[in-house]
Amino acid sequence: MFKYLKQLTSLVAMVAVLFTFTTESMAAKKSKTLKNTQKKGFVRCGVSQGLPGFSNADAAGNWTGIDVDVCRAVAAAVLGDANKVKFTPLSAKERFTALTSGEIDILSRNTTWTLSRDADIGLTFVGVNFYDGQGFMVRKSSGITSTSQFKNGISACTNIGTTTELNMRDFFNSKGIKYEPVAFEKADEVVAAYDAGRCDTYTTDKSGLAAQRTKMSNPDEHIVLPETVSKEPLGPVVRQGDSVWEDIVRWSLNTMIEAEEYGITSANADMMKTSDNPAIKRLVGAEGEMGAAFGLDNEWNLRIIKQVGNYGESYKRNIADTGILPDRGPNELWTKGGILYVPPSR
Amino acid sequence: MNFKLKDIGPQLLTVIAVVLVFGFFTYNAQVNMENRGIDFGYGFLSQESSFDVQFSLIEYDGSHSYFRAYLVGLLNTILVSVIGIVIATILGVIVGIARLSPNYLINKFAAFYVEFFRNIPLLLQIFFWYFAALRALPLPQDAEAMFGIAFLTIKGLYVPAFIWQNFNIFFYSIVAAIIAIIVIRYQAKKLQETQGKQTPVLLISIGLILVLPLISFLIGGVRLSFEVPVLKQLATTSFIYEGGVSLPPELIALALSLSLYTATFIAECVRAGIQGIGKGQKEAAASIGLTPNQVLKLVVMPQALRIIIPPTTNQYLNLTKNSSLAAAIAYPDLVLVFAGTALMQTGKAIEIVSITMFTYLSLSITISLFMNWYNNKIAIQEK
Repeated sequence: MFKYLKQLTSLVAMVAVLFTFTTESMAAKKSKTLKNTQKKGFVRCGVSQGLPGFSNADAAGNWTGIDVDVCRAVAAAVLGDANKVKFTPLSAKERFTALTSGEIDILSRNTTWTLSRDADIGLTFVGVNFYDGQGFMVRKSSGITSTSQFKNGISACTNIGTTTELNMRDFFNSKGIKYEPVAFEKADEVVAAYDAGRCDTYTTDKSGLAAQRTKMSNPDEHIVLPETVSKEPLGPVVRQGDSVWEDIVRWSLNTMIEAEEYGITSANADMMKTSDNPAIKRLVGAEGEMGAAFGLDNEWNLRIIKQVGNYGESYKRNIADTGILPDRGPNELWTKGGILYVPPSR
Repeated sequence: MNFKLKDIGPQLLTVIAVVLVFGFFTYNAQVNMENRGIDFGYGFLSQESSFDVQFSLIEYDGSHSYFRAYLVGLLNTILVSVIGIVIATILGVIVGIARLSPNYLINKFAAFYVEFFRNIPLLLQIFFWYFAALRALPLPQDAEAMFGIAFLTIKGLYVPAFIWQNFNIFFYSIVAAIIAIIVIRYQAKKLQETQGKQTPVLLISIGLILVLPLISFLIGGVRLSFEVPVLKQLATTSFIYEGGVSLPPELIALALSLSLYTATFIAECVRAGIQGIGKGQKEAAASIGLTPNQVLKLVVMPQALRIIIPPTTNQYLNLTKNSSLAAAIAYPDLVLVFAGTALMQTGKAIEIVSITMFTYLSLSITISLFMNWYNNKIAIQEK
C-alpha cells in the first residue's frame, strides 16, 4: 500500500512542478523573448521558402533579402552579431502557427498587414518594410496588356493561405469575370504550373511576380500587367504579449529607415558619432540613452547600421541590384517622393 | 484488500496519469491562447469564407460559409478516394491474377509493375504525373480531338456533357432491370439447389440491363443529346474549351497516381489470397467434375476472398488518407481547402485541425465498418 502511495505522491509532485513551471513562466517578466534569445545566442527568424530579394538562400545556405535583413538587424542589436540568426523557411500556411506556438520569435516573410491578422490570431505587426500591391503576370504572346482584357474562363495560379486568394476573388467579382482559381501550397509549384501553361495568369504581390519571373524558364516571355489591384503593406510580425520584444523589432526596422534619411551608411556610421546633428548622434549611440528602455546597451543602433546597413543599402543590395525592382516606387523615403516615413528615434 | 489493490493499483495510476497529462496539455493550450489573445470557438464556421475554390461538386463560391467550404473539401476528398478505390481494385485484381499467370511475359510484366510502383514514394509519383506528364500535354488550341468529341489538354480533360430528357424514366428502367436480375438470380439458385438445373444467369442479366433502358428510349420518351466542348479564344495565345464537362488535371493526376500506387498493394493481397488456397482444394473440386471456371468461382474465390478482404481494407484506408497529398498539386481536397486556406484566413488552428482529424477518422471508420460487414458476410457460415 505504501509503495503505491509513494509512487502516487511523486507523480502528483511531478505534475505540480510542471504546473508551477508554466504558471511562473506566464508571469509577465520584462521580456521573456529577449531573455531566451540572449540565452540561446541566436535570433529565431521565420522566412519564406525562397523569394529572391526578400528571403532567399544561396547554394551555400546563406540567406539574403530585405526580410532577412530585418532579422539580422535585430540580431545585431540584441546579440551584437548580425550573423547570429537561425532561419526557418515557412510556407504561407505554416507561418502564423510557427510564430504563435513559439517556434520562431520574428516572422519576416513578406506578410501583409491586415486588420483581421493583427486583431484575431495572436500576432502584432511592428511596421512595414515594403509597400506592395497585387498584380497579374501573363505571357507576352497572349497579347494581353491590361487586366481589362481578361475574359470569362481565365485560369489564375496562386498560393493558398494568402491575402492574394481573397483579393483575386474581389477583383474578378467586381469585374464580373468567371475565373478558375488554381491554388498551390508552395510558390515553386505555382511557378512551375504557370510556366507549363496550366494557367493563363499568375497573380501575387507585384514584388513577388518580379522576383518569381527570374525563376521562369524564359523570363522575357512574361510581363507583369500595370494594374495594381490591392494594397499589400508587408512587414515583420511578432507574437502578442511581449511588448518589449515588439519594440525592439519595430525600432530595429525604424533605425534602418531613419539612418537612410540622415545619410548614415554602414561605411560612415563610426564617423557620424562626431556629427553636429543630435538626431544623427542619437542614431549611432553617441547621445542619449536610447537602448536602456529595451534592456540593451547604447550602441545597439550603431551595430545595426554598421553590420546590416541602412534601408537604402539593403534595398539596393537585395532588390535593385538583382534586377527585381530597380525603381523603388513607394518604397522611397518621404523626403524623396515615396511613403517611407518612420517616427523619430529620440 | 491487498490483493485487490495490487490488481487495480497500477491500472488506476495509469488512468490518473493519462488524465493528468491530457489535462496538462489542455490547460497549457488554454493559458497560452489566452495570453496571446486567441479566442477558441467554432462560430467562424457560419461566417462568409470569401475565397473561391477551383472545383466543387456542390454549388459554392466565396459568399458561402466556411462550413460550406468544408463540405466542398470533404466531397472532393470522397470523390478522389472513390475513383481511386474503384480503379485500384480493378487494376489490383487484374495484376494480382496476372502475377500467377503461367505466361512468362504477363507474369514478369505484372511483377515489374508491382515492384516499380510500390517502391517509389507516392508524393514523387504525384509530382511526376502532375508536373512531368502535364507538361507533355498540348495547349487547348493544339489538342487533337479524341473520337471527335473529347479533348485532353494541359488545362484538363474536356468531355461532352449528357443532356437528358425524361431522365427519371431512364433511371427507373435501370432500377427495374437491377430488381429483375436479383429476382432471377434468386430463382436460378433455388432451381439449381432443388433440381440441379443450371441457368445462364450472366447472359440474362446483361440482356436485361441493356434491353430495359433501350425500351425506355424507344417508347418512354427518353432522349439523350451531347454538348460537345467548343474551343474559345481568351487572348491571342490563350484558349479554353467551353461547354461539356471539364475534369481538372489535378484530379486526373491525383486519381491516377493514387490508384497506380495502391493497385500494387492490392495485387499482392490478391496473389496472396489465391496462393493461400491449398492445391488439394482445386484438385478435389476438379475430381468431382467441376469445370475450371466453376473451380475458380465456387471453390477458390470464396475462400480466397476471406484472405484478401482484411489487408485490402487497409489499402482502401491508406488510399483515402493518402489523398490528402492533394495539397501539393492544387487539388482542392479537405486538407487544401479547409486545413489550408480556411485555416489561414481564420487562424483557428486548433479548431480546424481537430475537425479535419475527426473527419478523416470518421471516413476511415466508415470504410472499416463496411469492409468488416462485407468480410463477415462472406465468412464461412457453419450450418
